[in-house]
Formats: sequence, C-alpha cells, structure tokens
Amino acid sequence: MKSSFFHNKYKGIVIGGSAGSFKPITKLLADLPKDFPIPIFLCLHRLKHVRHGFIEALSIKSSKPIFEPLDKELVRPGMVYLAPANYHLCIELGNTVSLSTEGLINNSRPAIDLTFKTAAYVYKEKLIGILFSGANKDGALGMKAIKDKGGVTIIQDPEESMMNTMPQSAKQVTEIDFCLEAEKITNFLLDLYKAYQK
Amino acid sequence: MQRDIEIAELRRLTQYIDDNFDYDFKNYAMSSFTRRVRRVIELYKFTSVEALIKKFKNDPAFFQEFVSEITVNVTEMFRDPTFWSSLRDEIIPEVIKEHRKISIWHAGCSSGEEVISMCILLKELNCLESATIVATDIDQSIINKAKKASFSSKNMELNKQNYERYGGKHDFLSYFVEDNGFFYIKPELIERVSFRVQDLVKGNPFSKFDLILCRNVMIYFNQTLQNEVLKKLHGSLFKYGNLAIGSKESLIWCDIANKFVVVNNEEKIYKKIKD
Repeated sequence: MKSSFFHNKYKGIVIGGSAGSFKPITKLLADLPKDFPIPIFLCLHRLKHVRHGFIEALSIKSSKPIFEPLDKELVRPGMVYLAPANYHLCIELGNTVSLSTEGLINNSRPAIDLTFKTAAYVYKEKLIGILFSGANKDGALGMKAIKDKGGVTIIQDPEESMMNTMPQSAKQVTEIDFCLEAEKITNFLLDLYKAYQK
Repeated sequence: MQRDIEIAELRRLTQYIDDNFDYDFKNYAMSSFTRRVRRVIELYKFTSVEALIKKFKNDPAFFQEFVSEITVNVTEMFRDPTFWSSLRDEIIPEVIKEHRKISIWHAGCSSGEEVISMCILLKELNCLESATIVATDIDQSIINKAKKASFSSKNMELNKQNYERYGGKHDFLSYFVEDNGFFYIKPELIERVSFRVQDLVKGNPFSKFDLILCRNVMIYFNQTLQNEVLKKLHGSLFKYGNLAIGSKESLIWCDIANKFVVVNNEEKIYKKIKD
C-alpha cells in the first residue's frame, strides 16, 4: 500500500453502511485498540423508532466507548460517535457535531451523504471515509465530497459486501483510494494506529 | 450552484436581512443554515447568494417565502412516544394536581403535529378544558397550515403508529374527519389553541407557562443564540414550570443550566427551580 496515506494528521474517520454492514462494522470496532486516537463517526441506517439497543449491540465487543452525541457536543479524540435514530449527524466548524431533523435524504435520516459532506467540509484532506455494504446509494456523493476535498476514500470490496449497491455507487461517482475486504480495512486502520504511536 | 457558499456571503445575506426585514439569522447554526440557503438558491434557480439578495431588493414580498423555505418543518404526531407517555403519566398530572389548570406553550410549533398530540393527550386525561395552549412559529404560512390542521393519509400511518407506541387506547382516526384523502382534526379538539406568529430570536416573553415544548428547534441555533433563547424560555416559565427539549439536545452547556434541574434525562424534560 502507498505509504503516503500513513501519517498522523487525520482529524476524523467517517464510516457509513446499511444492510449487511452491521457485522463487519461491529468486528472493526472490536479489533480497534482502546486508545485508537482518531475520532470515528458512524452513520448507519437504522430503524427510526428504535432509540435503544443499537449502541448496546455495537458495543458488545468493542473496547471503545460508543456514544450518540448530543447537539453541539465537542468532538474528542478517540471517541466513537453514532448518528442517533431519526436525526442527521453533521460535523461543524469548531470541531463540534450538530444534529438536524431536516427531511430524509436518499430516503434516510440519518443520511450518510450529509455526515460525509459536512465532515469533508470541516476536515478536508485530514479525513478518511469508509463505506460498507448497503442496498441503496446513500454515501456515494458523500464519498465524492471527501475525495474532492483531498480526503481518503475506502470502500468494502463489493465482491465481499452482502449488498454491493452502496460501495458500487461510490465507485461510480468518484475515485476510490482503496477497495478492500472488511478485514483489510481493519488492518489499514491498525497500520494507521502505528503511525500515531511514533 | 456547484461551489461551496462562503461564510462571507452568508454574513452579507444575514446582515441584509437584519437591516431590511427585522429578522436575525446571524446566529443560526452554520452548517444547517448554509444548507437551507443553498436549498432556496437551487429551488429558485438563483446563481449565487448575491442574486438572492438582489431578489430581496427587487421583490421584498419574496422574503416571506424565503422564511418558509429556510425553516425546517419536519415533524410527527407523538414523535418519541415515550416522551409523550412521560408527559401523560408524570408531568401533566402533577401540574393539574397542584394548580387544577395548565398553561402550555409550543415554541416553534411548525405545522402543529405536536399541538394536536398534546390536545389528544389532554382530552384522554380529561383535562383539555383546564388547559390554555399557545402555539407559535416564525413562519406565517406554517401557522396557517397548523390552523387548518389537515394531514395527508400517507403521514397518518406514521402518526397512528406513534400513537399506538405511546400506548394510546382509543381509535386514533376517530379524532379526525376524513375528506378526499385528507384527515382534518375535529375542531373542538384544538379550539382552545391560540396560534400566532412569533420569532424566538427577536420576540420577547409574552406570558408565563407551566410547560413549554421547544423540541428540535434550538438545534438550528448556534450556542450563543441557544443561550439567549433559553433565557427567554426561562423567563416564560413559572417557577417549577417544565421545559421539554429534543431528545438529543442538552442544556448542560448553557449559561443558566443551573436554574433548571433534570426531571427526565432520557426525554430531556427540565424543571425551572430558580428565577
């Protein structure tokens, strides 16, 4: 892999996924060390009326604490933030998050495109976007925004994805830096972790 | 318009609006406000923020349309069903027991779904007659819509589901009259509601209440404005009155947080304990 990607300047990682993404994302979170320093923002399609249980399910194996942030909460290193049910999650200038009840985007709230686009605007080239399995094209334009601002784009290999529409759509609209199996995405982040240890 | 809207452009826009229309959007939360402005620009096919300002100059009446488009009007009846059951089981009975009446303000009522939820709740508690309800919004056209209280059958499905999750025991649709694919709330249910236009930013406290609902309104404000608006809400509450905000909002970082205590942290219901 190109070594230029492995530096310690990243400010955030945004991860999106829908149908078929829960398992690989849970695995990814379980394999990350507790002191993994880059804040992670998860935007996953979920049932709007089920406010509870999702965090618990994601957290079972994770050594890292996972939170649904409150509106205007300050982003802290090493935290994992999950977009709450029925709210869009946005990254704001000044390193805070905001929530929004604006209409559905791609039939979704939270919408991956919105989290990715706002993160791209704030973090620019210091952002990594990862898109996992999913059955619609939410996230594709978000990945494009990340690439346009100089960030890093990673998709789960559509061959491996349970539903390949999501990663495939991203591939169609923008340049993807890495197309990897879920396990290799974890390895990528672990290599990155080493860069932060130096 | 492809490129990002720049902060300087937004400043010119909000300054022009403040100077000419007496509305202050300067402290709206940056990212959502920018998205809303972009939406207007795309909807009306303007080429830039400057073109929008020019439109205001040539056609000041357009400003009201702008206000309608800039505000977020996504709402549901009985949104967060457990919030409503907590009002029904704890908050409202306590106020009624103490005072035998209740005054309620829906601040930022949008198209009125929460007002209707409240009226149904009060009706089922047998205390609708003991209630005074004021519902306000910044946008005249959405207030007109709220007064009309008609809902498409498409939305009614979700509303009904929410009502059932809230534990409603009645036939939900019996509160409405169906006409041509639209459901109208029965007028006697909302006859006690006073709908009016009010801007939380420029407006001042106009009365005192036992309960204020301001849910998912302040998320569109930056922290400076959240502080200012919270002071106004505080000033509009009787001592020991209740304030409900959105389930993912917080008062923690507001200057006057210490004048409230948490009544229900899950549902974000607070009680004013100090003047």
